[in-house]
Amino acid sequence: MSKKILEIKDLKRDFIMGSETVHALRGISFNVNTGEFVTIMGSSGSGKTTLLNILGCLDKPTIGNYFLDGVDVKTLSRDELAMLRNHKIGFVFQSYNLLPRTTALENVELPLLYNKDVSAAERRERAVHALEAVKLADRFDHTPSQLSGGQQQRVAIARALVNEPVMILADEATGNLDSRTSYDIMALMQELNSAQGKTIVFVTHEPDIAAFSSRTIQLRDGQIQKDTQNENKRSAKEMLENLPAVEDY
Amino acid sequence: MSLINLIRIALKALQRNKLRAFLTMLGIIIGVGSVIAMVAIGQGSKQSIHDQLSNMGTNMITVQPASNLNGGVRIAGSSFQTLTIKDITALKAGAQYITEISPAVTSRGQAINGALNWPTTMSGVSTEYLDIRKLTIRDGIAFTQNDILTSAKVCLIGQTVIDNLFPNGENPIGKVIRFGRLPFQVIGVLSPKGFNAFGQDQDDILIAPYTTVQKRILATIYYSNIYASAANDGVTDAAVTEMTQILRESHRLTANEDNDFTVRTQQELIATLSSTSGLLTVLLTVVAGISLVIGGIGIMNIMYVSVTERTKEIGLRMSIGARGKDILMQFLMEAVIISITGGIIGVFIGFLSTQIVTLTLGWPTIISESSVVLSFVVCAVTGIFFGYYPAQKASRLDPIEALRYE
Ligand SMILES: Nc1ncnc2c1ncn2[C@@H]1O[C@H](COP(=O)(O)OP(=O)(O)OP(=O)(O)O)[C@@H](O)[C@H]1O
Ligand SMILES: [Mg+2]
Repeated sequence: MSKKILEIKDLKRDFIMGSETVHALRGISFNVNTGEFVTIMGSSGSGKTTLLNILGCLDKPTIGNYFLDGVDVKTLSRDELAMLRNHKIGFVFQSYNLLPRTTALENVELPLLYNKDVSAAERRERAVHALEAVKLADRFDHTPSQLSGGQQQRVAIARALVNEPVMILADEATGNLDSRTSYDIMALMQELNSAQGKTIVFVTHEPDIAAFSSRTIQLRDGQIQKDTQNENKRSAKEMLENLPAVEDY
Repeated sequence: MSLINLIRIALKALQRNKLRAFLTMLGIIIGVGSVIAMVAIGQGSKQSIHDQLSNMGTNMITVQPASNLNGGVRIAGSSFQTLTIKDITALKAGAQYITEISPAVTSRGQAINGALNWPTTMSGVSTEYLDIRKLTIRDGIAFTQNDILTSAKVCLIGQTVIDNLFPNGENPIGKVIRFGRLPFQVIGVLSPKGFNAFGQDQDDILIAPYTTVQKRILATIYYSNIYASAANDGVTDAAVTEMTQILRESHRLTANEDNDFTVRTQQELIATLSSTSGLLTVLLTVVAGISLVIGGIGIMNIMYVSVTERTKEIGLRMSIGARGKDILMQFLMEAVIISITGGIIGVFIGFLSTQIVTLTLGWPTIISESSVVLSFVVCAVTGIFFGYYPAQKASRLDPIEALRYE
């Protein structure tokens, strides 16, 4: 049995909006082992993004504990959390959050700027490599406003991969992509997961995307409705090969 | 994050709002420019006053009659009559530190050449006076000891008097002019000296033997001043002490009586005037410094706006691993770049306006390195000081809150 990388216990997150309180998460507990590929599904507003933000150390639970690699996140300082986000976690935002008026390459380089161990030359090289991995080799110098929604999403994915994190948290990272590109991305994720042993938590709406993962957690109204192991995990690479050869995407 | 990256990020952010960055800089530019120009003008005038006074002879010593408060009422020094031939004789006999000495008597009056006349001052002095005051004769000759003995009616003439009495360019040498009722033969022309530090025209003068002025014009045995020159700059203080002692003896003052004269050196005068213009420099600098502070407040204001505008960017940077310190440095760097760039431009503007002042108004100016260095340091400090609070505000944002900021 491999090591627990994520462990959450009775996690609750309330948003106070004036006199009203929104219960986005109402007590969630689960563990994720190193090397697992988990998809989180659920209808809109079920609390997926809220959960992922907490897992990414961007937000803190109102109640409940979150252990990352055995460390209680509550006990970490702001700087330690920043370090953690930089070195261990690759986060793909639902709304991309690219820096405007900044080229794709520079956007991807951004996390490495905050990593002292990476030289300028290595930074450039790794950013180029990450963009190539998401099939954007010809869009280095485009700013977000010069990219399509799907391309922006892929820049955001490249940015999450560039720091070689041990854990990738992706919030609907294929939400804007056609099925071929989605499969491309999923093939990349599966590759990172199986070849490099990266832990992946992937939020999605689409059941056929969930089919690429080894486990699916179903959220509903801030609670876990279902947590199932995926017996017959599909290979995105094979799917790609079986896809009718269409000229463009 | 490395310094180079910080600078790159800051430059990029500033580039996006070039006009705004420039307008923010303007306060600093004006501040630094005016500090440099003001100090240059202040220093320049100080130097030129110093030069002028030195030109009058730095080792010159003046003795003036003064009240010794015997009657309990102070009266202006010039109305006292305490200096006589006895003092000159005593000084010549006793003083070691002085090389030349001359009495002086002055008389205001009308100089007349035919139909032309001009109000001027006649100084009656000895032959050594020209040396003491560093006056030179451009044309003709000086009067001699014999002229003094005979109270000869000869005079030296200054350029301003020439201009007014001989407007058509005639040679005044050998001509006879009148000063009041007395005719004088012009035997020499003084080289022009221009205006002195007090704005007096040093060429508006006639110089004659003191005996002539004393006997033939004023009918007095008293002098209005005694001029002397110390052997060199280094002994002026010793010369003053020595002269004071000799004059006290000569005037038979007892130990508890005040001096009935004052002895001044040119150096004291230089010091007084320099400190006055030094004060002016300080005042100008303070005014310029205030404009630097206002420039700094401008930076602070814009940095607050910038932090608010870029809340989302700050959130994103934090969410991918920027620490509070990184964000702080990023915004601080922007503020410092604004202020230092403003400083550099300000230095240029300062140089330029100083040159313009010198070329158009003819004012003497001196750009001191210290004012350039100082305003530079002040700029950097201004940037850090006024940029710090906005930057700190940015660094304390919560990543997810900042990301959600619309
Ligand atoms: N900052 C906030 N303030 C108040 N309420 C919030 C906030 N963020 C989320 N919520 C609420 O919490 C609930 C869960 O939101 P969340 O963004 O996690 O949904 P989601 O599952 O990601 O939905 P979607 O699939 O549409 O992205 C929603 O009802 C939302 O209105
Ligand atoms: Mg969501």
